[in-house]
Amino acid sequence: MQRPDMSVEVAGIKMRNPVMTASGTFGYGAEFAEYMELDSIGALVTKGLSLKPKAGNPTPRIVETPGGMLNAIGLQNVGIDAFITEKLPYLAGVSTPVIANLYGNTLEEYGEVASRLDGLPGVAGIEVNISCPNVKQGGIVFGTDPGCAAEVVSLVRRNTTKPLIVKLSPNVTDVVEMAKSCADAGADALSLINTLTGMAIDLDRRRPVLANITGGLSGPAIKPVALRMVWQTARAVKLPLIGIGGIMNGRDALEFILAGATAVQVGTASFLDPGAAQRIAQEMELYLAEHGIADVKSLIGALEI
Amino acid sequence: MQFKSYVMSNAEVSPGYFRMRFTVPAAVVEGSVPGHFLMLRVVDAIDPLLRRPFGIFDVGTCSAVFAESGRTSYGEILYKTVGKGTRLLSTLHQGDVVDLLAPLGRGFDLGAAGEEKLLVGGGIGLAPLYYLAKELTAKGEKVRLFAGGRNRDDILCITEFERLGVETYVSTDDGTLGEQGLVTEVLERHLQSSGKRIFACGPTPMLRAVAVMAKMHRVPCQVSMEAYMACGVGACLGCVLPGANHSPETPDYRCVCKDGPVFDSEELQWS
Ligand SMILES: Cc1cc2nc3c(=O)[nH]c(=O)nc-3n(C[C@H](O)[C@H](O)[C@H](O)COP(=O)(O)OP(=O)(O)OC[C@H]3O[C@@H](n4cnc5c(N)ncnc54)[C@H](O)[C@@H]3O)c2cc1C
Ligand SMILES: Cc1cc2nc3c(=O)[nH]c(=O)nc-3n(C[C@H](O)[C@H](O)[C@H](O)COP(=O)(O)O)c2cc1C
Ligand code: FES
Repeated sequence: MQRPDMSVEVAGIKMRNPVMTASGTFGYGAEFAEYMELDSIGALVTKGLSLKPKAGNPTPRIVETPGGMLNAIGLQNVGIDAFITEKLPYLAGVSTPVIANLYGNTLEEYGEVASRLDGLPGVAGIEVNISCPNVKQGGIVFGTDPGCAAEVVSLVRRNTTKPLIVKLSPNVTDVVEMAKSCADAGADALSLINTLTGMAIDLDRRRPVLANITGGLSGPAIKPVALRMVWQTARAVKLPLIGIGGIMNGRDALEFILAGATAVQVGTASFLDPGAAQRIAQEMELYLAEHGIADVKSLIGALEI
Repeated sequence: MQFKSYVMSNAEVSPGYFRMRFTVPAAVVEGSVPGHFLMLRVVDAIDPLLRRPFGIFDVGTCSAVFAESGRTSYGEILYKTVGKGTRLLSTLHQGDVVDLLAPLGRGFDLGAAGEEKLLVGGGIGLAPLYYLAKELTAKGEKVRLFAGGRNRDDILCITEFERLGVETYVSTDDGTLGEQGLVTEVLERHLQSSGKRIFACGPTPMLRAVAVMAKMHRVPCQVSMEAYMACGVGACLGCVLPGANHSPETPDYRCVCKDGPVFDSEELQWS
């Protein structure tokens, strides 16, 4: 039998397979070059970029929980200018599409970061984070109010010609409503989910473990929530979806594809296994080969109910 | 580098402290320096989920155990059982397989020849200092070790250090071994003259006291730090510590896994 066709396309971005790395879990790419072939995966998503460099939160910033971890990094990043001068040249040597994840502390900042990225060769698309639980901004949480989310998305849309992916938060009552409003505002694709707000308590010290008190839960513990949200959204919105949340192996990834995702992102798994994204792509391909499935695209949304 | 490794031995050396030897690729022995650490995946399961970081206690080659012929490269860690991961680790036996990332981080700068090298270890902080003592004594340097702990059980592998020719000074809080008192009090008596360099690893309050003392006596001082880690390779930014000039207005975070774990004590903020 021929090798299965693993290629997919999300918002015009052509990928050799559906496996991407999740923002904030893969640095700026070079950190993992020693551990895997960067050219072996579908796409690489950078750490969330802001207009100015951002220092992030005080420590402790991470803690392990059963089946997952909490983080309150606070979006520490080098800033858009240093990304362009210091990080992008390295990424230019990689054939895998690079997607810049971005966020703003204000509405205007979202627009400004997007427009700085717009003309840049080497950036295949942008992923807008309206969903980080670890930064507070003047009372508005862009990712939990459909009106605000739409405002952000349409502003970014006006500032970029690149494929526009919007990353949704699970910390909402109705993810479908958020998805629809981002779709109407001009998103080309949606990725879901970001981390779930959680907390951990040190009983002996009777204090929260994280300096930020709360943090974002990721890892296998969140997979059922993520799958449900992808499935609900796929039935309501026509845009291509990127499934994220607790994907540890090829089977996990394929469950998201069945639920309606066109591609997936691997986050926490890269911490336990720095070659996880490459391995997961191989495991998916092997599953297809073993089951005589010629094209991964035939599984998208193929869940039988 | 990432590799699978066979456990060669794993034994309790003092109540609650274990020493584990495991196979490593030859490149790890060649590529590591004292102060480097490794990330170990204890079990292939989702609980505990993350790798655990450990300082490299020793590396070397020995006659083959698992290899078909010739010699095997090995690494060692010395660890304290504190929680889920280390307790599970202590149950591993010869022949069990673990997954490792090593060597990681920035190690100790061994300093100039002829300086007196003062090694200061608190409890399990002795772990990376053995490899350091081995390298220093191999170069013919004069090495003194100041080892402190709460009681005699916390003073580990002292005879190993002595076998290297290291002069050792032991102190315990309760006086059950060596002098009664803090390791820093014993250290201070040896800081009077110049031509010395300090290498310290242990609990943060101890490192703070050593850093302050080193500054006062103008002795160069390196410290090996700990932080909660997820990736160990500089990608998650979970393991940072505030640098010397850090303030909420002018933040200056240093990554323990990439910029450290060994820092010049003056690079960090101690307040
Ligand atoms: C660079 C470095 C070198 C280290 N070297 C040694 C060594 O040589 N020997 C040794 O015994 N210990 C060492 N430690 C500490 C060791 O990593 C922790 O004791 C161990 O991870 C605890 O795991 P656990 O599952 O038993 O504890 P749990 O409390 O169940 O761990 C929960 C989580 O906290 C993390 N964690 C807990 N304590 C620490 C700590 N002190 N530092 C960093 N992360 C922690 C764990 O990795 C895990 O993610 C080192 C830590 C670092 C950062
Ligand atoms: C340490 C850490 C940092 C993260 N930083 C970002 C970020 O900067 N931007 C973003 O959109 N998501 C960020 N995320 C969320 C991940 O991209 C992903 O959505 C989440 O971890 C769920 O996937 P997982 O369970 O596979 O880890 C971060 C997650 C972790 C664990
Ligand atoms: S542990 Fe991830 S950056 Fe240091």
